[in-house]
This record gives sequence, C-alpha cells and structure tokens, in this order.
Amino acid sequence: MDKYLAIESVGVAFETRKGPFIALRDINLTLAQGEFVSLIGHSGCGKSTLLNLIAGLNAPSEGVLLLANREIRGPGPDRGVVFQNHSLLPWMTCHDNVFLAVERVFGSTERKPQLHARVTRALELVNLGHAAHKYPQEISGGMKQRVGIARALSIEPKLLLLDEPFGALDALTRAHLQDELMRIVADTGSTVVMVTHDVDEAVLLSDRIVMMTNGPAATIGEILTVDLPRPRERLSMASNPRYMALRTEVLQFLYQKQLRAAA
Amino acid sequence: MSAAASQSAPRPVVASVAVHPSAPGLATSLAQARLRAKPAARPARTRAPDWLVRGFAMLCGLTLFVCVWAVVAGSGDRIPGPAAVWQSALEIFSDPFYQKGPNDQGIGWNVLLSLKRVAIGFGLAALVGIPLGFLLGRFRFLSDMAAPLIALLKPVSPLAWLPIGLLLFKAANPAAIYVIFVCSLWPMIVNTAVGVQQVPQDYLNIARVLNLSEWKVFTRILFPATLPYMITGVRLSIGVAWLVIVAAEMLTGGVGIGFWVWDEWNNLNVQHIIIAIITIGVVGLLLEQALVLLARRFSYGGS
Repeated sequence: MDKYLAIESVGVAFETRKGPFIALRDINLTLAQGEFVSLIGHSGCGKSTLLNLIAGLNAPSEGVLLLANREIRGPGPDRGVVFQNHSLLPWMTCHDNVFLAVERVFGSTERKPQLHARVTRALELVNLGHAAHKYPQEISGGMKQRVGIARALSIEPKLLLLDEPFGALDALTRAHLQDELMRIVADTGSTVVMVTHDVDEAVLLSDRIVMMTNGPAATIGEILTVDLPRPRERLSMASNPRYMALRTEVLQFLYQKQLRAAA
Repeated sequence: MSAAASQSAPRPVVASVAVHPSAPGLATSLAQARLRAKPAARPARTRAPDWLVRGFAMLCGLTLFVCVWAVVAGSGDRIPGPAAVWQSALEIFSDPFYQKGPNDQGIGWNVLLSLKRVAIGFGLAALVGIPLGFLLGRFRFLSDMAAPLIALLKPVSPLAWLPIGLLLFKAANPAAIYVIFVCSLWPMIVNTAVGVQQVPQDYLNIARVLNLSEWKVFTRILFPATLPYMITGVRLSIGVAWLVIVAAEMLTGGVGIGFWVWDEWNNLNVQHIIIAIITIGVVGLLLEQALVLLARRFSYGGS
C-alpha cells in the first residue's frame, strides 16, 4: 500500500490571547507500509506537534490524517508510541508495564498465558528477557527506553511513533539502541515515524528524512530520500561517501537555509 | 546499559523516601539527610559504626534531659524528680489494665480508649476524605467550589467544633470522635487532591495512547500515583488527631488518656501527669513511625 499513512493539507493553530497562533501549515506527507521516516528540524518547528497529531493526542485545525484509509480521530492502540522519557509506571515491573498494553489490546480475545507469552516475546525482542521482573528504577536509562519500545511493539501497532526516543541517553548507549532499533524494525517490518534532532541518527535509520522549516507556521521544507542499502553498518557508514553527502545535505538545510530564521 | 553497572550503583532506598512528597518530621528528615550525606568510601582508619554513634548521642541527650529535670525538681518541691516518677511509673505499669468503676481504670485502658476514638474518627475521615479528595483532584470545578470552604475551615482549631459536637450528639464520646473526624478530614482531602493533580502527564499520556478504560486508569495509574500523597495525608491526620484527642478528652471527661491527665491534676498527682505526658509522647511516636514505615513501603523512588 503506497498511502499507508496519509497526511493531507494539515494545519494546526492554537488559540492564544493575541489571536490564533499557527504552529503548522500545509503539511502533506504519505508513508508506504514498512517505511521508516524521520522528522528533523530546529526546536520549536512543530515536529513533535506533528507526531502528536499522528498519535491522535492533538487534533488538526485543518486537513485530515488517514491511517490505512481510516481517519485518525484520537489516540488508539493501533499506534505504538515511545516517549522521550520512557514513561514507565514505577509501581509495576517491566513485565507488568508491557502487560498493561498487551492486556488492553489482546485481553478480550486471548487468555492469560497467551498474553504473558506476548509480553515475554516483546521483552526478548529488545534483549530484556532477564529484566522482566525488575522495577524501572532498578534498571538503566537505556534499558528503560528499550522497555518502552517493547511496550509499543507488543501491541502489534500499524505504526510505531518515536518521539526523540534516544535524546536523553548518552552517546554510546544511543548508538547501541539505534543499532538495536534497526534490527527490530528489520525483523518486524514496522512502519515508523521518528522525531529526532540528531542528524546521524536520521541518516542512519531512515528511508526518508522530512526536514521542517522553522516555526511559527512551520511546514515541510525538503524531503530527502536516503538511498543507502540495508543492512547499514555504523562503522562502514563513517567512510561511505554517499552517507557523508546525505549527512551534509541535512546539515546544510538545518544550518544554512534555516539557521538565519531561527536566530 | 549493562545490568551489572546498574546493580553496583547504590540503591536509593533512603533517598527515595526523601524525594517523595511526604514531609517527614524533623527527626526523621535530619536522620535521612545524614544518611544521604554518608560518604561512599570509608576512611581506612577504623571508626565506631554509625548506629553506635547515633545511639550514644541519643543516650547523651536523654541523660542530659533527666539531669536537668532532677536539678529543677531538686530546687523546689512542686515538681517530682525522676526517681519518684520512676517509682510511680513502675506501680502504674505493673497493673495497667485494672478496672475499678468507670472513672478509675488503668492507664492501659485509658490509652486504648483514646486510640479507639482516634481510630473511629480517623477511619470515618478517611472514608469521606479520600474519595472527596479524588473528586476534587479530578474535577476542576469541584475543587474551585471547595477551595474557599477549605481555606476558611482549615485554620479553625478542631476544639472549636466541640460544642457543635456536644450539641449534635448530646454525649461526650461521639462528640470527641466527631472532633477527631473534623480535624483529620482536611489533611486527607487536601493531600489526596494535590496527589491527583500531581500525577505526571507522562503517566496519563500512557493511558491516552492505549485508550485505557476509566477503571484501569484509576486502578493502575491514578490510585498508585496518588498513594504516597494519601499516606502523607494519613500521617498528618493521625498526628493532629493524637494532639487533639488529649485536649478534647480533658474537656469532655469520662475516660481516655486526656481525661486521666485532668483527673490526676484534680487529685494533684503531678507524678502521674508526668507519666501521662511521656506515655502520650511514646504513643504518638509509635504512630508516626508506623506510618513512616508504611510510606516507605509505598514509595516508588525516582522513576
């Protein structure tokens, strides 16, 4: 399906005391099934707002969003969201955190042992089978974020939404989780929208990079197709001329075309 | 990243109590601050263990207090000295549960009767206050509605309610329970409401993206997230209730530790009054410690 996710003429305006504030305008974007798309831009460009629209946490003021030909009218478990700050419930073990999501989606059709098996599979997918019975405060930041990814994937979402998923992690952990995310996405064939401000992350992981202009009234500036073959090796990319060229293109967009407006 | 690294880090058992919303009493917060400040590596020179130093300091404080007391008592003849009070206490506590008519019971009965009143009044306040707090925390309009009432009634001394209680119930016992109810109610409502309002948006976002049912949101997210605040409310309430019951019983008479104090004053038995003061303090301390333990059990640490 070519138009798995379709965002058509979408705009967002917030009412303020000084009249409407236009955050986003004229957003047109379609994703094919299995595609990995990154949203990148300076802070305040509305990339998280756009992700929240797809998640259904915000509603558009104009235009329409369609997922598998059905209008997005609110949040729902057909989309798995990974938040920047992992958002695990501290009074539940990792297993129970994932179980909350699994039970919501499959609880009416499957029985307890099957539900628990799903949780176990999801945690093993992110290599955390051994930490199932630990509480979030007993594991590291990178592990928490992996539980967040497991929770999002455990409900077999049509769409995986990642809001700066590795932004709060140190560089080494981030690289490790990026590699792991590439493997997971390749294994599951997920369709992914990821918000990031990390140029390397965007080029390494994405099929396309959506570069956004500065707000207010932000919109899509350019869309860059990343035509690097998969699987991509972090180390070999460092000396790959095509990778460097793509990276330079994103940097040029962010720091030449959009910087003056931001300053 | 690795499990080993995260395990080698010190587990924030104590610190987690300090960051959670409870406002610990001065003694406990001081102790916690000291525990947190404890250096990770000890100097090579052997030192006395921490608990021994603390125990010794406490013993010094108590000894100093008894000495000052003895000096003050020795300088006049109105206040009995520690030795006399100790003798008298041995007598009282050798038979704390005697019963010679309604106005002459052992100190054990008096304490238990006071605790029973606190428990009933406080239990009723929890039954009313916690659900009310949830409603006020969840619905803005209700909390705006209640705000002026709570602001007006909270600073009123619970004892000011006593005449109304006597008028309504025409008996001392329910009136005392009613005063406990009133004074426990405000901390319970306010803390629960604040707890509900403080539930992090992240947790509610999970509920939203998963489209959880209202019941699941309440049992899995709102209730556990609010629990530490509720326990703080319970702790404040119990503390106030224990303060108030003594005064209320002095006024209403009958039985109870507060009545006992007043009765011994009428008998001019100062030794018994001092024993009662210490007993009231010990019981209050035990109540506080029990709830601190409860709070520690339900604190989740930094998430």
